[in-house]
Amino acid sequence: MDLPLELEKHREKIMGYALDFNLDFYDTIFEIVEFDQLNEIASYGGFPTRYPHWRFGMEYEELSKGYEYGLQKIYELVINTDPCYAYLMKSNKIVDQKLVMAHVYGHCDFFKNNLWFSKTNRKMMDQMANHATVIRRHVEKYGPDVVEDFIEVCLSLENLIDQHLPFIKREGNGADNQIEEPESFRLKSKAYMDSFINPKDAIEKQKQLAQEKRDVEKQKFPQQPERDVLKFLINNAPLEKWQADILSIVRDEAYYFCPQGQTKIMNEGWASYWHSRMMTEKILDDSEVIDYADHHSGTVATSPGQLNPYKLGIELFRDIEDRWNKGKFGKDYDDCDNWEVKNKWNKDTGLGQKKIFEVRTLYNDLMFIDAFLTREFCVEQNLFVYQYNDRSDFYEISDREFNGVKQKLLNSLTNFGQPFIYVQDGNYLNRGELYLLHQHEGIDLQSNEAKDTLENIFKIWNRPVHIETFLDEAQMLFSFNGTEHSEIELE
Amino acid sequence: MIKRIDKDISRFQKIVRGKVKKNLKKYITRGELIGKKGKDFVSIPIDQVNIPRFRFSSKKSGGVGQGEGSVGTPIGKGDSQDGAGGAGDAAGKHILEVDVPLDELAAMLGEELELPNIEPKGQKNISSKKDKYTGISDSGPESLKHFKRTYKRALKRQIMAQAYNQKNPIIIPIKEDKRYRTWRTTIQPESIALIIYMMDVSGSMGDEQKEIVRTQSFWVDTWLNHQYENIETRYVIHDAIAREVDRDTFYHTRESGGTIISSAYKLTAKIIEERYNPSEWNIYLFHFSDGDNWGEIDTDECVNVLQEKLLPNINLFCYGQVESPYGSGQFIRDLEDHLTDEEKMVLSEIPDKESIYKSIKEFLGKGK
Repeated sequence: MDLPLELEKHREKIMGYALDFNLDFYDTIFEIVEFDQLNEIASYGGFPTRYPHWRFGMEYEELSKGYEYGLQKIYELVINTDPCYAYLMKSNKIVDQKLVMAHVYGHCDFFKNNLWFSKTNRKMMDQMANHATVIRRHVEKYGPDVVEDFIEVCLSLENLIDQHLPFIKREGNGADNQIEEPESFRLKSKAYMDSFINPKDAIEKQKQLAQEKRDVEKQKFPQQPERDVLKFLINNAPLEKWQADILSIVRDEAYYFCPQGQTKIMNEGWASYWHSRMMTEKILDDSEVIDYADHHSGTVATSPGQLNPYKLGIELFRDIEDRWNKGKFGKDYDDCDNWEVKNKWNKDTGLGQKKIFEVRTLYNDLMFIDAFLTREFCVEQNLFVYQYNDRSDFYEISDREFNGVKQKLLNSLTNFGQPFIYVQDGNYLNRGELYLLHQHEGIDLQSNEAKDTLENIFKIWNRPVHIETFLDEAQMLFSFNGTEHSEIELE
Repeated sequence: MIKRIDKDISRFQKIVRGKVKKNLKKYITRGELIGKKGKDFVSIPIDQVNIPRFRFSSKKSGGVGQGEGSVGTPIGKGDSQDGAGGAGDAAGKHILEVDVPLDELAAMLGEELELPNIEPKGQKNISSKKDKYTGISDSGPESLKHFKRTYKRALKRQIMAQAYNQKNPIIIPIKEDKRYRTWRTTIQPESIALIIYMMDVSGSMGDEQKEIVRTQSFWVDTWLNHQYENIETRYVIHDAIAREVDRDTFYHTRESGGTIISSAYKLTAKIIEERYNPSEWNIYLFHFSDGDNWGEIDTDECVNVLQEKLLPNINLFCYGQVESPYGSGQFIRDLEDHLTDEEKMVLSEIPDKESIYKSIKEFLGKGK
């Protein structure tokens, strides 16, 4: 539904303010919907047309139960497309609608300008609808249960993608595969010395060794460990056409949603930063201040057990702005070890605005935290690390040191919080078995789920599947052969 | 309006129901549903319908939080189920509670245990009364006064009598103005049932035995409620003497005396005789004991009461014998010897929780 006149007037004004603040976005279309429609769209990940699957139904049940019990309510929903679509809930107060619109313009600016979104398909609305059509057609042909089950299998592998893939350009077969010229074995020498420095049989021997090495390499499959497990499966697993279709669709959509996972903190922080500035500097009238403050503080509220990305993001952007306005960066500042001086540091550089716009363009969450989370910020924001304590069965605060906090935070953001999993060997033991490698970086996999996931991969690969990982510091190989699981400890 | 999501929701619910059904055997023997029973629904906790992934175990990983507290301050209870933690997006994993209508649960039970539907006893259908407002009359209790009609008539009368002043519109109904709602009672035939639970509460019945009784009776209730529109339940406990109690007392009483089972049968016969006409009621008797009766004389007495007073009047008599370390377990064999070929009697041994499943099937498998 189009916006009612009153809201449309507000929208125009707010868009004007956003442009005045140098935000840059695609056309943004607001629609106003009832709460149940909003819940529906939200369950579909923001898209009005998705393929049929029960998990969307589950999502919806949870959202609507949460709404009924008054536990949660979605205020804002915006999709990264061109034009951007955003939804407003009909029953919200005007002041809430204004806030949401300001917030949405922040997101739209981020979608358009952040580097990590640069490769996403801006016509995803159509793409998703096409996916839905393809899958519906398969449903008609093969039956809903078969297709739905297979989708579930694919979804269980959804996170096994290579988040950097959209940015890698591979030329030809890649440099790795080029055959080395025999010349490269030669050492540099003057012509008359050559037969002594590069004796013929030595060169031959080198060549032979290289050849043997290449032969071994060639037999390796894949030649290098493959991060994009889904792609490997699509290309190599014995799938029927419709199955390959579905797996590709799930992979496509996973790549589409990937940047959102990579920039959650920044994206929400950026949008919150701008709604807060627009609302307080331009939009609010006196009667709305309390409601706005209530809503805003709800958005950035913290609770001990979890980190609020809105809060962390907005505070970091404000901190960056402040530091670059005062010149609190660079060698002089970093080398200064007088706390007093550092605290009062102000060189009136006034670069704050420029810096935060630069940051929103070039960074993702991982880089953002790595570059800008400072010791001072960590103390100011009361950040801590928590760990599970076996003895008390509680999660407990375990560390308040800056290095620990930062490291933990970075760990949790690396590979958007997913384990690194590679296809190591597609012909393990020369029996066509699939060997996956979990590159262990200190945190174990959830082992019961890992086993279920193995079963799902088996459904695709149709031969025994293995994953190498660590469990309680022992190197383990989990396997599933179609009927039973086994675990062996590797030497 | 039919929403697009509806189809996905119903698929999801189907999966959930499937899950409940698959685990029904587990639910049947565990009795964890009993506390979750609402009026028409029972909330069944199921493991989240979760799509498995390779992901980090959160107990091992911990995370970053924000707020007050020093090292060692607890911030949250460890979930026995592993929660999804981590920075950024720490949506805890929760156990889904799905509301399943009791009727549907009963249907699942029936399907799982292959229970036959019950044929209510022939002409003995009783009629239930339902009141419905159908008309208006000029007399009746004040509580049923039809306000609007009363004032309309009062207004008309006052206008006719020219006692109505538009500027000061005060209307006072007098007795003749008053109108009341009337109702008609409709009679609907309905089959009704009576369940009498009897339990031995002598010292030899322990907590575990009672838990079994409780679980079993929950499922019996669920099934019979599914079969009859109208059910009354009575509880009788006995040691050396029997008394009728309410539900709560039934499950929580423990006596130390001996056991005279006939006392319970006699009391039950009395209850039926005095209050429930067997030609109207479908009567179900369930008796749970550890099978340790006081002497053979009483057992003979029991058989007598059963044969003469109870069995002719009822649909079904079920005797469930739980096993206790003190009981001799003789009673079930005595019944078997004395009352062979008795159509309306079911005897079942329930040595442990696992046997509840089998025993329910035996109890309800006759379709009586």
